[in-house]
Amino acid sequence: MIGSLTQRQLRAVKQICWTLALCVVAIPFVFPFLWMISSGLKGPSEIFGQPSLIPTSFRWNNYLEVFNYQPFARQYFNSLYIAVTVTLLTLFISSLAGYALARLRFAGAALVALFLVSALMVPEEVTIIPNFFLIRWLGLSDTHWPLILLPVFGSQGIVGTFLMRQYFLALPKELEDAGKMDGLSRFGVWWRIALPMSRPALAAVAIITFLNSWNLFLEPLIFISSLEKFTLPLALSNFTDPYGSPLWHLQLAATTLAVLPILMVYLIAQRQIIESFALSGVKG
Amino acid sequence: MTARDERAPWLTLKMREAMEAWLFISPTLAGFLIFFVGPLCAVVWYSLTEWNLLSQQSVFVGLDNYDDALFHNLDFWQVVRNSIVFAIGLVPLNMALALALALALSRRFAGVVFFRTVFFAPVVTSAVAWAIVWKFLLQGEAGFVNQMLAGIGIHGPNWLREPDWAMVAVIVTRVIKMVGLNMILYIAALQAIPRDYEAAARLEGASNWQIFRMITWPLLGPTTLVIMVITTIGSFKVFDHIYLMTGGGPENGTLVLAFYIYQQGFQFFDVGYASALAMIMFVIVMGLTVVQLALRRRDT
Repeated sequence: MIGSLTQRQLRAVKQICWTLALCVVAIPFVFPFLWMISSGLKGPSEIFGQPSLIPTSFRWNNYLEVFNYQPFARQYFNSLYIAVTVTLLTLFISSLAGYALARLRFAGAALVALFLVSALMVPEEVTIIPNFFLIRWLGLSDTHWPLILLPVFGSQGIVGTFLMRQYFLALPKELEDAGKMDGLSRFGVWWRIALPMSRPALAAVAIITFLNSWNLFLEPLIFISSLEKFTLPLALSNFTDPYGSPLWHLQLAATTLAVLPILMVYLIAQRQIIESFALSGVKG
Repeated sequence: MTARDERAPWLTLKMREAMEAWLFISPTLAGFLIFFVGPLCAVVWYSLTEWNLLSQQSVFVGLDNYDDALFHNLDFWQVVRNSIVFAIGLVPLNMALALALALALSRRFAGVVFFRTVFFAPVVTSAVAWAIVWKFLLQGEAGFVNQMLAGIGIHGPNWLREPDWAMVAVIVTRVIKMVGLNMILYIAALQAIPRDYEAAARLEGASNWQIFRMITWPLLGPTTLVIMVITTIGSFKVFDHIYLMTGGGPENGTLVLAFYIYQQGFQFFDVGYASALAMIMFVIVMGLTVVQLALRRRDT
């Protein structure tokens, strides 16, 4: 009887309805992950059979075949070391530039900032053709260099620069002035005082940069041709039979291997990661 | 008497500061000039030349490539149409869903963190992985989605093999992938609205809808505009998602500008034509940005 419900009970019922509705909306966000894991454990015959989330027999062999089909371990390592390198380099140069833009007075600062921001608006597809010839001219085709240089010096580095700048602007200046009094050089002030105080911003830049590099697709597609130099996204797209049709069971097993570690880290540090994206505000 | 540097007396402190600033910025600036400004100038030049694998050398042809694209190549207008359909499908759907989720998740209740985590999870997932899994789910007869639809008596289309359905499929799956980002931005904006406004309106007897219409929505204006700019420009950049799900097909039904540039430049090696397309994309994106920024200025 609705009439006999108290205000509080009514609110509880409402809340349950809302939660159920949200659960329904959440299905297309969660289910693809579950289905990916499940299908990666099915054989090629079962994969399009009667749909069932639990495979009739767990085919762990898929995970062995993934490594035999192409040098997947090597490709995995490539993605990892490239993402780490890109992240460290980006942290270094974008915090330097961000510091200069936030703290140092010089003619042209506003103009430099404006130029850098405007580059953020331009899709990489616009400059990818000349960059292709530039990299080839430098003799760096089919190496990992373009996968490091283009993100570090591209929009990723600029996003990092402005994130750092925003953070430095909000920091109190007094500590840095004290450091200067004690005879620290400008570089010393930046390294010893400003950077240690800006860990949250550095973490945000690191998270976004790492993920961006880990997920990079267009650059590897264009620059890398040797299998053992592939990165993960390229490797994932490469599980096909000789006619180009996907070998779904292998492809989904490999995709699971690529996605799960990131998801695990995300589940543990979701708050920090979501905040990082909210801070940067610009992506995708 | 201006202040002088102790270690280098010929410098004023001001000059020293400026020198240090340029030194700090120099790596970023150098990279910016080499990998962005340079290529941007180069692509203007390329777009004025005929340069493909056959000719092996570039010949200046003036505006021929643009003429080709705009007046002779039938693909081009289909690509423009596809890009616009993609943007018009994606942007409002993404923003409406983001706002709805943000409204539902901006107040505290048991499970709110869980739902935020869930809706944001696809954002951190690689576009390649997301596209592969959805392509798998959307396979013709045997795909999971169609099997489910068959279960309730609906004969689903062959999603990725029919041009119109393929477009719907890439838009919807892309929205699911990216909506979490806008949701987070909306949640942050909603939480910045002082509670007193809502409380005061309630005292006056305002309904939920009135509060949203008269208070929340206007206060979200600046955020909505920023999200609109980012999402619209983002929709023109989408490449990997389409490359993997449909390859631009079927019958070029999902061939959008970013993909078309890649195809012409790196599959057909028509560098001049692809560069002209890149310039057209540049103009479109810049135009959109200027329009939207002008709108923002008018509002504030």
